[in-house]
Amino acid sequence: MPLARLIPCLDVAHGRVVKGVNFVGLRDVGDPVELAKHYSDGGADELVFLDIAATPDDVATMTSVVAQVADVLEIPFTVGGGVRSTEDAIRIIESGADRVSLNSAALADPGLITAIASRYGSQAVVVAIDAGDGVVHTHGGRVATATKTIPWAVEAAARGAGEILLTSIAHDGRREGFDLALTAAVRDAVAIPVIASGGAGSAAHVAAALRIADAALVASIVHENPSGLPGLRDEIEALGIQLRPMKERS
Amino acid sequence: MSDIAVVDYGAGNTRSVRAALAHLGATSVVTSDPSLIKGSTQVVLPGVGSARSAMEHLHATGAAKAIRERFDDGGPILGICLGMQLALDTSEEDGGVEGLGLLSGSVYRMSEGRVPRLGWAQVDPWGETYYFAHSYAAQSNDSVATSDGVTVAIERGSFLGVQFHPEKSAAAGLAFLEQCLSRA
Repeated sequence: MPLARLIPCLDVAHGRVVKGVNFVGLRDVGDPVELAKHYSDGGADELVFLDIAATPDDVATMTSVVAQVADVLEIPFTVGGGVRSTEDAIRIIESGADRVSLNSAALADPGLITAIASRYGSQAVVVAIDAGDGVVHTHGGRVATATKTIPWAVEAAARGAGEILLTSIAHDGRREGFDLALTAAVRDAVAIPVIASGGAGSAAHVAAALRIADAALVASIVHENPSGLPGLRDEIEALGIQLRPMKERS
Repeated sequence: MSDIAVVDYGAGNTRSVRAALAHLGATSVVTSDPSLIKGSTQVVLPGVGSARSAMEHLHATGAAKAIRERFDDGGPILGICLGMQLALDTSEEDGGVEGLGLLSGSVYRMSEGRVPRLGWAQVDPWGETYYFAHSYAAQSNDSVATSDGVTVAIERGSFLGVQFHPEKSAAAGLAFLEQCLSRA
C-alpha cells in the first residue's frame, strides 16, 4: 500500500491564491506558483488547487496558472472548482495538471466522470463530495441536495472516479478534527482511495484521519505557518504514520 | 536536433516530463516524427492516457515502427507508466490491446488494495520512494524492480520502463531521470 499523503489545498480566485495564507517569507503570497513551489519544497505529497470563483472566464485563467505551476512543480497536483465539462478537463490536464476534481458538475452529469476517466484513466478523476447530515451539498456546502453521501460515493467509483475527496461541512474550518466516522463509512463503501478533508487543527487530527483515509487535505493549519510544514510532517510521523522520506537534491 | 524526443501519442501529460528534463538542463521536443524518434539521443515514452488510443496514434503516425527500429538498433528508450506498459505484448485495458511487443509480458488490471494505486511507495531493491498513479500493472520476465509486490520496472536491451512517475517524484524522481539520461 502506498504511504499516507499530506495534501495542502490552495483556494484560488481569478488566478490568485486567496484567504488564509500567512505571508512570512514569501515575496508574493497571492502567487500560486510561488506558494506551490514552497509547499512542494516543504514536503507536500501533492497539492490541490480549488478555484473558488470559477466563472467561465476563470477556466482560461486557471489554465494559464496550471501551465506555470506544472513548469516548476515536481509533485502531482489536482485542479478543481471550475471543471464543468470534458473540454474543461482536457484543457486543465493538457496544461499540466495530473488530475481534475469534479463536484457539482459530476452530480449534474455523472457521465462526465466516465468521459474523463476513459480518456485519461481513473487516476485522473477525483470526485469531491461536500457532505453534511447524510447528504451531498453544493455551492460550497451551502445547498443541500437529495443525494445521499454514501450511495453517491459508490456511484462515483462505479462510474470511474479514481479517488473521493470527502469534506465534512460541519467539521470544515473548525480545526477540531476530521469527521472520522464519515470518513470510515465512505472508505468502507468504496474500493478507491479516499482523501479526508475538513477539520485539521493539529498533527494528532491529521494522524487520526490518516489511520482511516489514504490522504488528508490540510488548509489553514499549513497556510498560517507555511514554513511549518516539515515540522508538521515530523509530528505526524512521531504519531506512527509513515510519510514519504524527504530526499535532498544532490 | 534536440537531445530528447518525448513521444506524442495524442494524450498524456508531456508538459511535466519536459519541465523535469528542462530542470536537468536537457532540451526536449514533443513529437511523433519517426526520424526524430530514431535520431534523438534519448527517447521518452510518457504516461497517462488509454492504451488503445495510444497504440492507434503510434501506428497512425509511424511512431510505433520507429520505436521498434530504435529498440533493435540499441537506442535508449525510457517508458513511463502507460509508456512502460505499451512496450509489452498485450494489455487487458480497453477490452484488450496489442502493445509494441519490445519486451515479452502483459498488462493486467490490479485487484488488490485500493485501485487506482495512488501515492508514494518504495521501490525494491532500489530503495527509493517514487509517486505512482495506476490501475494496471505489468507482468513480465524482464521485471527488475517491484513495489508492494507489483512489478514496477522492466528492462531489456536499451528499453527501461518504470511504472512510477519520475517527473512527479520530487528530488528522487529528478535523480532517477538524471541517471537515465546518462545511459548511453
